[in-house]
Amino acid sequence: MDLNYTPEQDAFRKEARAWLEENVPSEKLASFDTKEGFEQHREWEKKLQAGGYAMVPWPVEYGGRGANLLEWLIFEEEYYRAGAPGRVNQNGIFLLGPTIMDVGTPEQKARFLPKMASSEEVWAQGWSEPNAGSDMANIQATAIKDGDHFVINGQKTWASRGAFAHWLFGMFRSDPDSSRHKGLTFILVPLDTPGITVRPIEKLNNKKAFAEVFFDDARVPIENQLGEEGKGWDVAMATAGFERGLMLRSPARFQDTARKLVELYKATVASGQYVAPELRRTVAQCWMDAEAYALNTYQTVAHLMGGGKIGAEASLNKIFWSELDTKMHETALKLLGHRAELLPGSPAAGDVGEWLDGYIFALAGPIYAGTNEIQRNIIAERILGMPRK
Amino acid sequence: MQFSFTEDQRLLQETVRDFLAGECTVEFVRGQWATESGRDPAFWTSLAEIGVPGLLVPEEHGGLGMNEIDLVLVMVEVGRAGLAEPVTPTAAVAAPLIRECGNDALANEWLPKIATGEAIVAVAQPTSPLVPEAESADLLILRSGDGLYAVPTSEARITPQKSNDPSQKLATVEFDPKPEQRIASGADADRLETAALDRGALACAAQQLGACEQLIAMSVEYTTERKQFGVPIGSFQAVKHQVADIKVALEYARSHVERAAHSVAHATPSRSVDVSMAKIAAGEAALQGASTSLQVHGALGYTWEQDLHVWMRRAWTLDLAWGETAWHRERVADALFDAGPVATSFGFEPLAH
Repeated sequence: MDLNYTPEQDAFRKEARAWLEENVPSEKLASFDTKEGFEQHREWEKKLQAGGYAMVPWPVEYGGRGANLLEWLIFEEEYYRAGAPGRVNQNGIFLLGPTIMDVGTPEQKARFLPKMASSEEVWAQGWSEPNAGSDMANIQATAIKDGDHFVINGQKTWASRGAFAHWLFGMFRSDPDSSRHKGLTFILVPLDTPGITVRPIEKLNNKKAFAEVFFDDARVPIENQLGEEGKGWDVAMATAGFERGLMLRSPARFQDTARKLVELYKATVASGQYVAPELRRTVAQCWMDAEAYALNTYQTVAHLMGGGKIGAEASLNKIFWSELDTKMHETALKLLGHRAELLPGSPAAGDVGEWLDGYIFALAGPIYAGTNEIQRNIIAERILGMPRK
Repeated sequence: MQFSFTEDQRLLQETVRDFLAGECTVEFVRGQWATESGRDPAFWTSLAEIGVPGLLVPEEHGGLGMNEIDLVLVMVEVGRAGLAEPVTPTAAVAAPLIRECGNDALANEWLPKIATGEAIVAVAQPTSPLVPEAESADLLILRSGDGLYAVPTSEARITPQKSNDPSQKLATVEFDPKPEQRIASGADADRLETAALDRGALACAAQQLGACEQLIAMSVEYTTERKQFGVPIGSFQAVKHQVADIKVALEYARSHVERAAHSVAHATPSRSVDVSMAKIAAGEAALQGASTSLQVHGALGYTWEQDLHVWMRRAWTLDLAWGETAWHRERVADALFDAGPVATSFGFEPLAH
């Protein structure tokens, strides 16, 4: 066990820090849940790509930097330290990208990954349907082969960034006589295909960023099938693992929030405003948990770099980070007192809005990527071996 | 950067696990409740044969010359087995304290005896009036005023105190400090005492992980066998989710414990805070394991006969030893908000005071 960074890792950190200090926009970008903010974030992604930092752990040939997972963690630490913008294409770069690298054909890798890395093409997820949420195997949207095309019919919903994205990935029932986990195929769908209607849904944060997507005889070429026909479930499980685990939610994000929370606590105490005594320990607990998440991720990375795999353990991560994120923001709002409800832009709001926005965002965490109830089932059944029935 | 154990370290853990599975059965643990000393010298000798008491004793004194990174894996197994022999005070705390106090005569006399299992050493905890294992010890490390003293047990007045955990051998100790017993003074004594506290707390935290794993295993087994409404009660989500939550707490506590082991072994500036986080997280996981396991065992778990309470009581007593959770929480808060010890955030700069 060696918990010191190597000179090469320190040098990489320094280089990334210098580039970020030079390039991170001084003005905060508009929310990527708005059209204006979405485009600003794509511009930022272009800049990241030009600097060679868009996809640190990806192979160079697909628009990445060819670095290992440890260097990726270091980059993430520097990224959050620098206060750089959120990743507008996170569904693509962190979830679909690794899946394409795992199971995609050489043509698919060449076609999709570089444009994903530069955010020329931004991706939305198409998992949920009106009757397939936690019970994802109940997917009913169909993709029936007709010559060299799939003909897609049905509906997807809760597609994050679906309102503005260019492409959607998801599972469709390619065998109409199949049921449950069988007969599903993972397909990559251009959202400008005739027969597709995207209807934005207003989220709890008052912004129209996710969407329901309707398919009415939408024709998609069969080369857009990812993995084997009828084996979509297995492909999707790999993607879900990335979503629940270290790719989508790298620890630096939570450590950064925890550090801001510590600063907020100290500033609030120093201001003379009343601070409930128990918040001292709550803030310390949040900081401790963010640290635990970072430590655990470094252990996971050591495991992966040693040739190991992650399976159901990703469900432990999902519960931990989503509940931690909620707890940190809840605690911040308690520290802010009455100001906690002020919207950004109110004259007395100060930085309040960031915590409020963050809180509303955090509330989705225990729901998306598989609800925490589903994760607890997975832990009990697949890790601990408790009976299904 | 390589946050993992070596194959040799895992092999050591397995060796100890196998040894304890054979020698420290729950019948053995319960059997010791009925004996006068509650301790078994023959068991301690065989534990010394696989190197456990002398794990941190340098090789020139007959020990294994290992460090706390190796030790935590062993302590996890101690916790899993419910072993109550004085591994923490003797192997985890006293051996490195004697090694580090700069008193060659003391080291030459006691370290070889610790390694062979001939001597047991108990150490007073700065956070407690109680000294575990004082009665069975041959040597006591005690604080008086600004000095730290190594006192032969025969020269101390020991009053046994009964613990809620029948495996614990607690005592209060009085002694008349003599100059020749003094091993450190002032800042040196404080430094050794803080290091002892960190090591004791780390050893407890690792045992709490092991105890928690055992509680989870018992709960999974019981809820899989026990049927109500015609199905195993472990198939109910209300039961499953409670057990899953212990597992979440356990795995994140484990990360804290393993990092703290590295911090102690390498005496990093943040070691005290890292240990406190480990003690808090592992303590809370074990306590959650205890209360949840009791709940899912129903009335059966509430009996003296069922073995569950061996580990439940251990979780309680470990939580109080070497600084209870509240004490460690305050140490972490002090580091974050006041002028306490250094708190580092993995991959980030230390927090400024």
